[in-house]
Amino acid sequence: MLGFVARRLALLVPILLGLSVLLFLWVRALPGGPAEALLGERATPEAVARVKKLYGLDRPWYEQYLTWVGNVFRGDLGVSSRTQHPVVEELLRTFPATVELALVAMVFAVGAGVPLGYLAARRHGTWIDHVSVAGSLFGITIPVFFLGYMLKFVFAEKLGLLPTDGRQDPLLDAGHPTGFYVLDGLVTGNMEAFGDALAHLVLPGVALGTIPLAIVVRITRASVLDVLHEDYVRTAEAKGLAPATIRGRHVLRNALLPVVTVVGLQVGLLLGGAVLTETVFAFPGFGKFMADSIVARDYAVLQGFILFTAVIFVLVNLLVDVAYGLIDPRVRVT
Amino acid sequence: MRRDGMPLRRTAAVVAGLALAISAAACGGGDDPEPGATGTGAEGSTLIFASSADPAILDPAFHSDGESSRVTNQIFETLVATEEGGTGVAPGLAESWEVSEDATTYTFKLRQGVKFHDGEALDAAAVCANFDRWYNFTGLAQSDSVSYYWVTVFRGFAKNESDTLGKSLYGGCTAKDAGTVELKLTEPSAVVLSALTLSSFGIASPKALKDYKADEVSGTAESPQFTGTFGTEHPVGTGPFKFGGWTRGDRLELVRNDDYWGEKAKLSKIIFRPIEKAADRAQALRAGSVHAFDYADPADLESLKSSGAQVLERAPFNMGYLGFSQKTEIMKNQKIRQAIAHAINRENVVKTKYGAGAKVANAFMPDSLWSYTEDFTTYDYNVDKAKQLIAESGVPSPTLEFCYPSGVSRAYMVDPAGNFQLMKADLEAAGFKVTPKTSPWSPDYLNTTQAGDCPLFLLGWNGDFGDPDNFLGTFFQSFSSQWSFRNEEIFKALGDAEKEPDQAKREALYKQANALIADFVPGVPYAQSPSFSAAAKNVQGWVPSPVLNDKLASISLN
Repeated sequence: MLGFVARRLALLVPILLGLSVLLFLWVRALPGGPAEALLGERATPEAVARVKKLYGLDRPWYEQYLTWVGNVFRGDLGVSSRTQHPVVEELLRTFPATVELALVAMVFAVGAGVPLGYLAARRHGTWIDHVSVAGSLFGITIPVFFLGYMLKFVFAEKLGLLPTDGRQDPLLDAGHPTGFYVLDGLVTGNMEAFGDALAHLVLPGVALGTIPLAIVVRITRASVLDVLHEDYVRTAEAKGLAPATIRGRHVLRNALLPVVTVVGLQVGLLLGGAVLTETVFAFPGFGKFMADSIVARDYAVLQGFILFTAVIFVLVNLLVDVAYGLIDPRVRVT
Repeated sequence: MRRDGMPLRRTAAVVAGLALAISAAACGGGDDPEPGATGTGAEGSTLIFASSADPAILDPAFHSDGESSRVTNQIFETLVATEEGGTGVAPGLAESWEVSEDATTYTFKLRQGVKFHDGEALDAAAVCANFDRWYNFTGLAQSDSVSYYWVTVFRGFAKNESDTLGKSLYGGCTAKDAGTVELKLTEPSAVVLSALTLSSFGIASPKALKDYKADEVSGTAESPQFTGTFGTEHPVGTGPFKFGGWTRGDRLELVRNDDYWGEKAKLSKIIFRPIEKAADRAQALRAGSVHAFDYADPADLESLKSSGAQVLERAPFNMGYLGFSQKTEIMKNQKIRQAIAHAINRENVVKTKYGAGAKVANAFMPDSLWSYTEDFTTYDYNVDKAKQLIAESGVPSPTLEFCYPSGVSRAYMVDPAGNFQLMKADLEAAGFKVTPKTSPWSPDYLNTTQAGDCPLFLLGWNGDFGDPDNFLGTFFQSFSSQWSFRNEEIFKALGDAEKEPDQAKREALYKQANALIADFVPGVPYAQSPSFSAAAKNVQGWVPSPVLNDKLASISLN
């Protein structure tokens, strides 16, 4: 297993190098540039030239690239032209917010999706199955901004149960040693802050988790249906094994493999930022920050954030592969 | 099928568990202090204000956006202020002032006993230190994006680093005594007084500017760093609120200045929370998460009112126009320009696309500004006349490229695509062919229109201060690529008006300029619109300023 992990980690190097060149060229292919974006409504050619020189944007791209890569190896991702803060600082500020949000979304998606999908398969053809299938279709098709708006309308405006926006009640005095607000509440022993941070995650988490939920329901349902018709299940039943053992050890364990793959991909996607959800809930996360940086043509942030997203994506997929091995010993052998 | 019973129960247990977890979290939210509940009296109350974005920077000299000035307006004060709720000039840090007959010397008498938040005294030397700082900006600080209003009003610096900058209007600042400031101009300007009400001319503590390295830019060309923290962590002025902290994307706090020279703020704290979309801000207000917000969508006004919130109207101080770039041959043809002006049903655009209080604009300035009289040619909606003018223009089947922006909404242009659709239909009815071209507002759209590459374009202007020069002078006082025309008569009238110290003569010059502009048809002004703000019912004393110079110190929560 260790060798497998090491090989996968080694693969990261060429992937990231290739990606860094691609994304470096890509952000520069965006029409307009940081100078124009920075100057906005008042970009005269002279002002643009001045800003370009200041930011080194008048140098050839390969020179800029080598300087950048050199800095990245020293842990310096540059300075945001929009906020004038180091990119690393911006990452450390916005990423924990998105991690919390993605985790809640996935807990919701997996926690509700696997049981629902399983139930739909076991009750194949009944109304439960039909409702699950139709419901998941609805979950995939409903636009996030609309769902977000409706969730806020019901749970915040009408019922007054949950907050509409942000990560924390502005009037709450809470320390943030880790940047993960839920964890911070626990670490500092401030249970009010803990509950508040959790409450701020519920609506955006549900809004963000709805599409993954729908996918998990459908994959689980299809996968369980397949496994239920396998010979080994019939054999287990014939030899009189307890139903709980059959369901746990034979059906669910085998059916979960494709679900784990999908969940891994979804987590990767969610960690890459959930621009719409973060915008609708004014949630100061990674995706919103990156989207604002695209508008501002903030090269340093785009490069740094995309590179970081790639690393996260690769690592999450590695974790998925490891989980595969734990669920299915055959994977470890191959 | 009995064996299916177990999973059902177990699944139900899992779902119930999840629901419990969510409601447990929800109970945490239920404990949230309602913003409305925090205003328990004049003392110790906190206002939560939903802004549409983070400020760019809190150094007034370096910003030109509304969200920054909303905050710096509370921290800093200017020599002269804007009348509450109006556009006229009122005393600020200066109690009184005199302007010399040739409009080149302004003498300000300062208030006594005013202190900056860092305890330093405000005196004439401190005021002059600010003017000298602005005048001596170098490098990036000279770029229009950084010191926009200095460049707009005072045109240039001690040592200009670009040919686009002009000879500075600033001729020096002298501290005659501790309480008297003498400001000299290099040529007569009657506009400077009202321009000094701009938040960008907020007076900062010279000590804090130095201590927190306000002007320092270091690092390499590849990654420059504004190492100074004046504009991000230590903005120090004389205003009724002091800076209390800022986490970008999350919150910015101001706390009451208990040593303020005038009437102290009723609120103890203001928290600004950036919520980008107007609909989300409205929802946050209705749910009680915030007390007040600006730039309400007219579509939300009814639901806000029915939820018990107050809707406040900000008087129109803007105008939307259909601009023409005369870079292309067809737009140089005056008959074509007149035909377009007659073809557009402006009444219909305003009625269909704008909210309550909006009206048709006939000139390139709001009708509330002094010197406005409708003594000029107007272009009524008249399709036959438009067709006739096209026939007279000598351009067979004229085709117009028409640009409009996406991803933007302004008080003067709430729905650019909607305005475009209506105008396109009007133009086609008159016999024009229209080629649409759309691009994102910033930087793409602004760049294209700025360069004069759009023959027809939708734009507008939000006024900064109460002077016709801020509208007419901005658009037409000299050649700009955006309009791409040279009309010396118009340029001269506006140039003379800017320099004329006699108010009656100035007024006559602006009337003349408006008449010349209307005859020349450089574009079609079509809308002036109020903007709306909303506040919870317990918010009192908020007077929206037409020029966005809101003083939040007058707000209390009941």
